[in-house]
Amino acid sequence: MKILVTVTDVAVVDDEFEIDGLDVDERYLTYELNEWDDYAVEEAVQIAEDGEEVEVVTVTVGPERSEEAIRKALAKGADRAVRVWDDAIAERDLLDAETKASLLAAVAREEEPDLVLSGVQSGDDSFAATGVTLAEKLGTEWAAVVNQLELDTEAGVASVHRELEGGVEELTDVELPAVLTIQTGINEPRYASLRGIRQAQNKPLEVRTLGGLGLDESALETPLRWTATDEPETEGEATVFEGGADETAGELAAVLREAGVGQ
Amino acid sequence: MTVLAVAEHRRGELRDVSYELAAAGADLADATDSELHLAVVGGDVAAFGDDLVREGVDAVHTVDHGEEFNHDVSVQAVEQLADGLDVDYLLMPHTVNGLDYAPAVAERLGLPIVTDAVEMAVDGTLEVTREMYGSKVETTIEVESERAAVTLRPAEWPQAPTGGDAAVEPFDASIDESAVRSTVTGFEEVGGGDVDISEADVLVSVGRGIEEEDNLDVVRDLAEALDATVSASRPVVDSGWLPKNRQVGQSGKVVTPDVYIAIGISGAVQHVAGMKGADTIIAINTDPNAPIFDIADYGIVDDLFDVVPALTEQFGG
Ligand SMILES: Cc1cc2nc3c(=O)[nH]c(=O)nc-3n(C[C@H](O)[C@H](O)[C@H](O)COP(=O)(O)OP(=O)(O)OC[C@H]3O[C@@H](n4cnc5c(N)ncnc54)[C@H](O)[C@@H]3O)c2cc1C
Repeated sequence: MKILVTVTDVAVVDDEFEIDGLDVDERYLTYELNEWDDYAVEEAVQIAEDGEEVEVVTVTVGPERSEEAIRKALAKGADRAVRVWDDAIAERDLLDAETKASLLAAVAREEEPDLVLSGVQSGDDSFAATGVTLAEKLGTEWAAVVNQLELDTEAGVASVHRELEGGVEELTDVELPAVLTIQTGINEPRYASLRGIRQAQNKPLEVRTLGGLGLDESALETPLRWTATDEPETEGEATVFEGGADETAGELAAVLREAGVGQ
Repeated sequence: MTVLAVAEHRRGELRDVSYELAAAGADLADATDSELHLAVVGGDVAAFGDDLVREGVDAVHTVDHGEEFNHDVSVQAVEQLADGLDVDYLLMPHTVNGLDYAPAVAERLGLPIVTDAVEMAVDGTLEVTREMYGSKVETTIEVESERAAVTLRPAEWPQAPTGGDAAVEPFDASIDESAVRSTVTGFEEVGGGDVDISEADVLVSVGRGIEEEDNLDVVRDLAEALDATVSASRPVVDSGWLPKNRQVGQSGKVVTPDVYIAIGISGAVQHVAGMKGADTIIAINTDPNAPIFDIADYGIVDDLFDVVPALTEQFGG
């Protein structure tokens, strides 16, 4: 069995930042493995540890920078990685869900996985649409926002819990092959061990281009343009207390007492 | 031109987002000189259909198929409706079920999809406002085509008022059952247990800023001094440091205490969905740009490990 896990790195913005053109100035961004993908990787690795002969392959659309996040996934137990990137992709301001799914689908068609796990969303642009778009492109089944997964590979069914709003979960049986988008909390992602980190350096990480995947630039065409980025005007009228911790705590304590708290 | 908005229901009731989609759809239809059609798939479609007759709606289409949401059915039904109506803009909810079918419908109809919209404007083309980096910035996405699918963030639009004279028309979707390869087998309530945080008057709520399980004592001490209940954002629950019944938010509990103290919580939209109804919101966070300050009444921009013990001390803790 083969499990393909979509893995991306996401940008995290510093507490103080400036916008430069369309994006936050690169100086204020740091990158890390997408939280939701971390759980997806863990789920795949746990399935591999439970069963025989499961290969876990990660796939990423991202620049060289994302190899840090990919190595992290490899250190946690993925077997090998594919990264898709070239100059034409790098030129795009906006990689919308459709474009990402097209590139991922090209890899998935070559890999022919039995199961694809992706994160519910990327923590930075939060489109939350790539996994289901990918399923539709591949013509497979899917389930979004999965927080519990049981595989019956013989019957070809994934029994999942989908976490709905307000503490309600939906129980669904999905025919395999399928793309599942993984919600945080489904498992406890492991820390990469030192041994894992060392091993990850030697695991295969293949870089593919549009052309190499049999695609051309039409795969990047989208009518969506990212045209502006602003700091939202704060609607808030919060009274912010200034000073040392003792001072601010004192002022806050007065507010709380006024509200009848802690009497 | 035609705008089609798809309502959402669960366990016998239309969800509020349905009426919000109707309001957003009416605005968009106005701005583009279009008709607004609504659709509802499954459930008690007769009652739902009547309920969806709202101001600004030109027609309501009901698809009588199954009691609950099934994405394979929704995808087929919405695809057929959108095709038949020659829809230009297709609006769907950015809810968990929206996430489960909207991208597939858009893909099938060849529509670009913009998700989690918080605002839409038409200036020749459709411009969608959405947020990035955990709501720290707002971006504009311009749709340079005549047609698009957009999912709308719940609670960003008002609810369309009842009224108007839209006709309710059953739509006979032909559902290919062999293409329905997912089956909803039931529902499960989670998060019961010892404490009901939705009953608490004062909540001391802790987020990822607490860093480690052992550090939770810092907030427990404060809660004790204030005679308050401890709640949390999702990462704290995901880490297993507190049980699921303490989670505030979209997938946790909705709480409406007199006082909500958010400690080391950024204020992600899914968290805010659960606590914005608190009377007084207090935020303690090192990041002055954390979105929690947008809804807070009082704030302290400082390290929780300095402020929280000092606050506890103020109450004799
Ligand atoms: C479908 C879906 C459903 C979800 N449902 C929920 C839900 O029900 N509830 C929920 O909470 N989330 C939910 N989420 C997750 C949500 O998107 C956020 O990931 C989560 O709310 C972030 O939690 P946080 O604010 O604790 O962590 P972060 O966003 O990481 O914020 C931590 C904050 O702590 C501050 N901080 C760090 N150190 C300190 C310090 N020493 N002193 C003071 N401040 C400090 C930081 O500045 C930061 O603002 C859901 C997500 C999805 C996709």
